[in-house]
This record gives sequence, C-alpha cells and structure tokens, in this order.
Amino acid sequence: MSLRETWTEMSASPGLSPRTILTALAVLALVAVPLLAPQLQLLINLALAKGLAVLGVTVILRAGQVSFGHALFFGISAYAGAFLVTAMPGADLVLVLLAGALGAALSGVLVGLFVVRYRGIFFGMLNLAFSMIFWSILEKFYHYTGGADGIRLTRPSVLGQQLGRSEFELVLFYLALALVVGCGWFTLRWLASPAGQLFQTLKTNETRLEYLGLSPRRVLLSGYVLSAVLCGLGGSLMGMTQGVVTPEYVWWVRSAEMVFIAVLGGAGSVRGAFIGALIYEMVRIYASAFAADIWQLLLGVFLLIIILFAPGGIMGIFDRLIGRHRDGGTRA
Amino acid sequence: MKRFLATTALCAMLPLSAFAQDKPFELQVGMTTFLTGPASVFGVPAREGMEILVRKLNEDGGINGVPVRVTYIDEGAGAEALTSEFRRVAAEAEVMMASISSGNCQTLAPLAEDLQVPNLMWDCGTQRIFEEADYDYVFRTQANATAEMMATVLYLLETKPDFQTIAVVNQDYAWGRDSWDIFSNALRVLKPDVEIVGEFFPAFGAPDYSAEISRLQALSPDVILSTSWGGDLDTFVQQAFQRGLMNNTTFVLPLAESSLERLGSSLPAGHIVGARGDHYFLHPEQRDDEDFQAFITEFRETTGSIPIYSVFHAAQALEAMKSAYEKAIDENDVEWPTEEQLLAAFEELEFQAFGRPITLREDNQGVEAQLLGTSVQAGEYPFATLEDIRIYDGAQLLPPVGENSLDWIKGLDASYLENIESDSFEN
Amino acid sequence: MNLTIFLLALFDGISYAALIFIVALGLTLIFGVMRILNVAHGSLYAIGAYATASLTAWFLALGFAPILAFPLMIVSAVLVGVLLGGPIEWLLLRRIYNKPEVLQLLVTFAVFMILEDVQRLVWGTQPYFQASALQALGNVTVFGVTYTVYQLILLPVVALVLLLGLRIFLRHTIIGKLILATTEDREAAQSIGIDADKVFLFTFIVGAILAGLGGALASPTTSILPGMGANMIVLSFAVIATAGLGQIEGAAVAALMIGLGRSYAVYLWPEVAVLVPYLIMVLVLLMRPEGLFGSPGTRKI
Repeated sequence: MSLRETWTEMSASPGLSPRTILTALAVLALVAVPLLAPQLQLLINLALAKGLAVLGVTVILRAGQVSFGHALFFGISAYAGAFLVTAMPGADLVLVLLAGALGAALSGVLVGLFVVRYRGIFFGMLNLAFSMIFWSILEKFYHYTGGADGIRLTRPSVLGQQLGRSEFELVLFYLALALVVGCGWFTLRWLASPAGQLFQTLKTNETRLEYLGLSPRRVLLSGYVLSAVLCGLGGSLMGMTQGVVTPEYVWWVRSAEMVFIAVLGGAGSVRGAFIGALIYEMVRIYASAFAADIWQLLLGVFLLIIILFAPGGIMGIFDRLIGRHRDGGTRA
Repeated sequence: MKRFLATTALCAMLPLSAFAQDKPFELQVGMTTFLTGPASVFGVPAREGMEILVRKLNEDGGINGVPVRVTYIDEGAGAEALTSEFRRVAAEAEVMMASISSGNCQTLAPLAEDLQVPNLMWDCGTQRIFEEADYDYVFRTQANATAEMMATVLYLLETKPDFQTIAVVNQDYAWGRDSWDIFSNALRVLKPDVEIVGEFFPAFGAPDYSAEISRLQALSPDVILSTSWGGDLDTFVQQAFQRGLMNNTTFVLPLAESSLERLGSSLPAGHIVGARGDHYFLHPEQRDDEDFQAFITEFRETTGSIPIYSVFHAAQALEAMKSAYEKAIDENDVEWPTEEQLLAAFEELEFQAFGRPITLREDNQGVEAQLLGTSVQAGEYPFATLEDIRIYDGAQLLPPVGENSLDWIKGLDASYLENIESDSFEN
Repeated sequence: MNLTIFLLALFDGISYAALIFIVALGLTLIFGVMRILNVAHGSLYAIGAYATASLTAWFLALGFAPILAFPLMIVSAVLVGVLLGGPIEWLLLRRIYNKPEVLQLLVTFAVFMILEDVQRLVWGTQPYFQASALQALGNVTVFGVTYTVYQLILLPVVALVLLLGLRIFLRHTIIGKLILATTEDREAAQSIGIDADKVFLFTFIVGAILAGLGGALASPTTSILPGMGANMIVLSFAVIATAGLGQIEGAAVAALMIGLGRSYAVYLWPEVAVLVPYLIMVLVLLMRPEGLFGSPGTRKI
C-alpha cells in the first residue's frame, strides 16, 4: 500500500503546531460565515453534513478498507428522523438527531456483524449490496417510504420552540459546525487511543492482532459502528437541512461520492474529510450552475487529476506547502 | 383561516407598499426543469419552447416595456444542488417556476412560501400540495393528477363502455402509484363491475418488461392502463407492440402525447392517448389560429420535433405570469406592480396559452381542460395522430375547493356521468 | 403455479439472464486478469447501445436491409472496445496498477462520470429506439404467448456461444494461455518474456467490447436513454460478486439465478422483483464470501 498518510494527526505534537492554528482559524472563519457571507451558509451547511459522512468513510479507510455502501447509514438515519417527525409532528431537533444516530448505530452493528468477516473488494461489495437492498426497499414500499419521491422531514422544533426557516437554518448551521468540531476531535482522539491504534493495525498487519490474542473482527466492528454513527449524523443533518429525504440518499453513486471526497481530501485524513467536502460541494454547485450540461464531466476530470497527480489529496498538497512532508512515511 | 390572516396582514401592510414600484431593468425569472436524467425528455423541450416564447415576448416589448430573462435550474442534478440553486436564483428573481417532478414541487413549494417568492408550479402533477396546505405564494398554472385521471376514466367509459377486465403497469414512484389510486377509485364508483386482474409497478427506468408482458398475455385483460412516460413508456409500448399484446387489448396511455413522435409506427391504431391537459400540436380548436401555427412551426424548425405537453405547460406558466403582471399594472394603474399587487393579481387569474383559457381557483389550483383521443396511423405523419378527440371542461374534473381528491371520488356515483360536458372532434 | 406459467417465466428469465451475462462477462474477465473492478463498464454498455442505434438508423436511411443491424452491432462493440477501452487502459489504468484498490476503483468511477456526460453531449437526452434487428427475426408463439425470436432464441444462443468461445480461447489458444499465465503470476510471466502491458491492454479491450456488445444486443429491446449504464453496472456487479470475482462459468450460473429469480418474482410477488438480484447476492456472499465459484484467496500478511 502506498497510500500516503504521512502526517497522521495522532502524531501531531499537542502544542500550537501550524496545523492546530490553521484548524482553529478555519473553524473561526466558518463561525463567521452566517454573518459575513450568508449566501454561502446553506452550501457550507450541506458540505459539513456531507463531511461528517465522509469522516465515517475515512475511519474505515484507516483500517485499509473501502466501503461502497456507507450511504446506507446516511439514509437510515435520515429516514429515521423523517419517520419520527411524521409520527410526532414538531418533535425536537435533539430527538431527531438522536433517533438518527441510534438508527445508524443499530444498523451499523447488524450490518457490521456480517461484513467485518470480509476484506478488500468483498468488504466493499457486501456493503454495496446492503445499501442497494435498502435502496430497493425504499423505492418499493411506497406506502411507507414515499417511494422515489421520498418523505418530507418537516422542520422539527428546537428545544421546544418552533422556529422560522432562517432561524432554524442558523441553528442547524451552528449545530453542524459543533458536530463537525466535536466528532472530528473525538475521531482524532479515538484514532490515537489504544483502541484506535489496534483498529489501524488491521491495515498494516492484521495477523499481529491475532498474535496479541485479539479478534480482528471485533476490532473492525468497533470502528465500523463509529463510522456508521458518523455517517448517520451527516444524514440527519442533511435531511433536516433539505426538509426531504429520498432514496437517492442511499443510491450507490452517493456512496462512491463519499469515497471520492475522502480521497480528494486526503485518504485517511480527518481534516481532509471536511476540506474535501467543502471543495467538492463548491465545485459541484458552481459546476451545475454555470455548466449545467457537463457538471459530472468536470467532477470526473477533477477526480482524475487529483488521483493521478496528487494522490495525497488536498491535505497532501497542503502538507507539502507547509513543509511537514516526511519521507519514508508510506507504508507497505 | 390562514389565508384570511395573511390577507389581513397584507391589508395592514398596504399603506407601506402603496408607493409606486420602479420599473426594473429586466424581469428575472428562475425556472427549474430537467436538463439531465430521464425526465429531460420533458425538461429540454420545455426549455427550448420557453426560449422561443421569451424571445418573442421580448421582441414585442416584454411586459410593459420590461424584458424577461429566464435562468434555468437543472432538476436532475440532485436535491441538494436543486434547493441551493433555487435559493440562489430566488434571491435575485421576481418570479420562480418550479417544477416538473412532483417530488421537487413538494420540496420547493414550502421553500418558496418561506422565501416569500411567487412560485408557479408549471408542470408537476401531484394533487396533494394544495389539498394538504394553504399557500399564498404558490400557484399552479395547469391541472393536477385528479383532473387528468378523471378525464381518462371518462374517455375510457365513453369510448369503450363494455370492457370487463383491466390491468395496470405503472412506474414505481409517487406519480405511478397516485395516478393509479385516483384512476382505480374512480373506476370502482363509476363502473363497479370491472375486475382488476393485475397490478404491476416495475422499477422506474426498468429496461425490460418481458416478464410483465408474458404475464399480461396470459391474463389477456380488455384494457391495460399505463401512466408511464418518457423512455419507460416507449420501452413498454414497443415491447408490447412487438409481442402482439396491442392487438387484442386496448391500451390507455394518459401521457402518450409526449411519446407519439418517438413511438412512430409502434403505436398502432385504436389506443387511448392523453396529454395532461388540452395539449396537442393539432389541437382541433386552435390549429387554425395564427399564433398557434406560428409557434408550432418555429418550434419544429428549431428543435426538429413537435412540441409536447411540457412545452405547452411552460407556455402557460409564462402566459400566466405575463397576464398577472399586466392585470396588476392595469388594476393598480402603476408602472410596475409591487409583490403584493402581483400576488393579488394571481388570485382568480384567467389566461390563455395554446389551449383553452385557464383560470386559477381560490385555492391557487389551475382549472385546465383535458384532451384525449384515440391513436390512428393516418399516414400524414410518420407517427400516430389522434382521432375521436374529446375535450373535457376542467372545472367538473376537480373536487370542490378544500376537499380531498380521493374522498371526493369515493363519494361520487353514476349520476356524475350524466352531467359531464365534453366536445367531440373527429380528428 | 401451473406448468405453463412455470415455463413462461423460465423463458423470460433465460432471455434476461443472457443479456446480463454478456455484460457481466466483460466485467469479470477484466477483474480476473487485471484485478480492477471497472465502474465505467456500465457506460461502455450504454455507449454500445447508442452507437448501434445510431449506426443502424443511418444505414437504414441509406436504404440498406434491416438485417444489416446484426453486423452493425459487432461493429459498434468493436468501436467501443478499441476507441474507448483502449485509451482508458493505455492512458489511465496503466498508471495506477501499483496504487491501492480504492484509487483504481475511483479512477474508473471518474471515467464513468465523464462518459455519462459525454453520452448526453453526443446523443442528447431524448430516448432512442431502434428495433429493426428484433423485427427482422419475427415472433414465435408458445402456449398462446407471443415471444420475439430475438429474445427467446438469439440472445441465449449468443450468450452460450460467448461463454464457450471465451473458454476455448483462454484454454486453447496461445494468446489465451498468455493471458492466463499473466493472471496467475504477473512477475513470473514477465520473466519468461510475456509483455504483460500488452496482455492487459488486450484484455481490457476485449472486456470493453463485451460491454459494448451487451449494449448493442440490448438496444433493439429497450429505450436507450441517459442513466441506463448506472443501472446496468450495479446489476452486473451483483452477478459477478455472486459468482465469485473473475469466474466466467460462475457468472453464467449467477446470471441465470438472478434472471430466473426476477421473472418468477413477477408472477409470484411482483413487488419484490427489484430486490431479487441484491437479495441473492447478499445471501450467497454471507454463506460463501468468495462467491459461489470463487476460491478463497490467500490473505495478505
């Protein structure tokens, strides 16, 4: 494996490295978006939601596995929220988020129990199969799921208060930002923790785990559930921002898109997941606005350029710029 | 009640807005349409039609001297891109037109209401929107699924009164399911002795209906309904035609007007064709009209195809907007109306594009006539045209304001048929 | 369910299976030899269909007989393989053979995105329908149900010929043996003088031709429209994963299972027909992760 992840965050020194300072500045800039650039607020909100899901895919990438079906958890969580709001009109935002996370965690455990037995392409395909089954169910059981048109996720209340659209969107934006910071921080800590270190050993040397007397499957399952919950949180946020959830949330192209963004940002990088999502969303929205006929083509070319000329992704370029590139960091 | 409050609120604001609005440099309009994906069979011709009509409108001086500029938004780029784009364009535009897909209408109608931008639902069919909520900013410039399906049932009962069995093959999504709900419920009350022998909902975009067609041949129903459209309808009809299913069974195809040209000789004579309104490039009441002829000719010269119903729906939205502006300018005696004046002008608006005149009801729903006919390969064109055309007045096809479509249909009985008015034309 | 219905569903299932087998065959061949799962395979399928429809319409307009549609299918498939498959391998895939799997997959995904738009730019958005090949062969009636000869007889025969032909080609010709040797051990093959680059290029072109041929054969039966490739690719993924990646005969069995499963579902429980391919895939993979016919690979240590 020559996937470059030379600059894994866990080894970053705890002091005020350029990276920490830049991260803090980036978060501050995001905090100011609704005040300074309100026209970007929605776009960034969507990108942050997507970034959370990409973070889930990134976690799995750290174990050397690629899932082509993680949109499953994205969708399950969004639908869980939509069903909840339909059954309990005016349910609280926190409740919607919890229901989504819970749905994603449960389905993550169930699907995870099966898929952790597989590696490589089989792992990817089996994930794909599960997501496509769920997709067909959503399309087929029209009377419950609304079929291809999906169901509305009407605006939940916020701590008991019913807000108008603009206030609600502001709440959602800061909630997304808080979740991004919180989940990003947690994921970094988790990856640096003993459990996370073991998890990443799956990529480098799985047999070593067995020699340690540990079950690789259980180790993979823990990371898998974490990744499912992250995807789920992203899906809930996306559903609430859109106000509607459709089977397209689970369609295989969306799963592939998440992997695409993860690689774009810098495969395996936590910060890269969000930077990748922001850039992807910008390119996509502006491409579909100003070159409506060829936005897919532009994205495809963009992806090819990144893979062929900057396989470390945006974080790789960034690291080279600030001179943190270390040789010999590639792993076999 | 909500409407009443809104009106009161508007009245309270009137003194503030009574100042004359300056004429803008141009009238910006945002229109969502499918430029990609399967539904671009409707979206792309609609955009082409819109461009022709807007060019002509601007050459004639625009609306009170203000030229119209339309920004198109792709509905096929996915829900996120669509809503983001809708908001970006709505920030600049005075009027929005959204959308083709019923699903997108259900997303964008509440959004337009929140953003307080007048929105014309120009093509989507779902009857739910105005039956489930009240809107002040959203209007529908055409009929809805209820009117379209009721007219189809009526035409079927009038032209083929003796059929005993029916099967349905609809696309598996909201339109396919909803239209069958309406159709089957209407059939149950208006002709209770009909037996439904098969219900198939193949996946949207299914490339192959062989198994369904084999089964339909074994069932051999008198009538097969399919509200499918685009590539799905083409595939189904072609496969059914190739395998002889159309010889002994009457097909009822409420959206086939939009596939006539592509189906060519594969749509044999004797099958029922609808057009989601009174839309037909040889509309019997309009074909001698100069403007109508000029538009059909120009559209055919520009695109190489005949205009289909989505093109006429786009024309209706544009015409409705133009009429509302002119009405508002006229009634208030201003150079350019304020948003409140414009919204007021949309209430009970009457306008006419390339079919019979359309009125907007109290609930903002358009009342549009419905045209159906029977296919015939007359030889004049390399595709099927229509004969035995009937045009149904729109008002009788819709439930009264405030009533749910399915409840209304379930309460009907055979006496409903006695009061139906339609005009017949040989071709 | 009586015997007649059983047979009717059997016919539909076989003809459907034949078509997805032909597409899956190219995909599994490429994976077997090159270890690359080609997401753009679906686009090549769609372009094969478009090319056939356009060429056929063009030649018919020039006054040629409809029977010419059959050679034109082969011409279109070869064009797809040589003009698209060749450059994709030569310009893109060749540069990433030593990169991680995920990057290889994403490269083909990027090609898929590009080709989806290219199709629309070239052929527009209106559906195409070109059924002269199918009409040229006429119909047969079985138990009172009319089938087209094209679907009932021609498609299964073509699938069978391809299956046997590929098997003979791989086992009994020099080029075939070179391919198998490279598949077995690339470095050893190179050390005895096999040009692995050429073998890969050739294999990819053959795989792409099969994708194009699948599209060409599907074109007379269905509307050709944007998005048809995205649907086909997941279906053929399901076939080859069920069979075991790289398994050629296995793909035939898996295609039959999926085809028959779907057509029986239309009779017994139409609502689940779309679910069938994925259900079969998950059930098989849960019991045999390497697929029905795959052999458990050695795990990398």
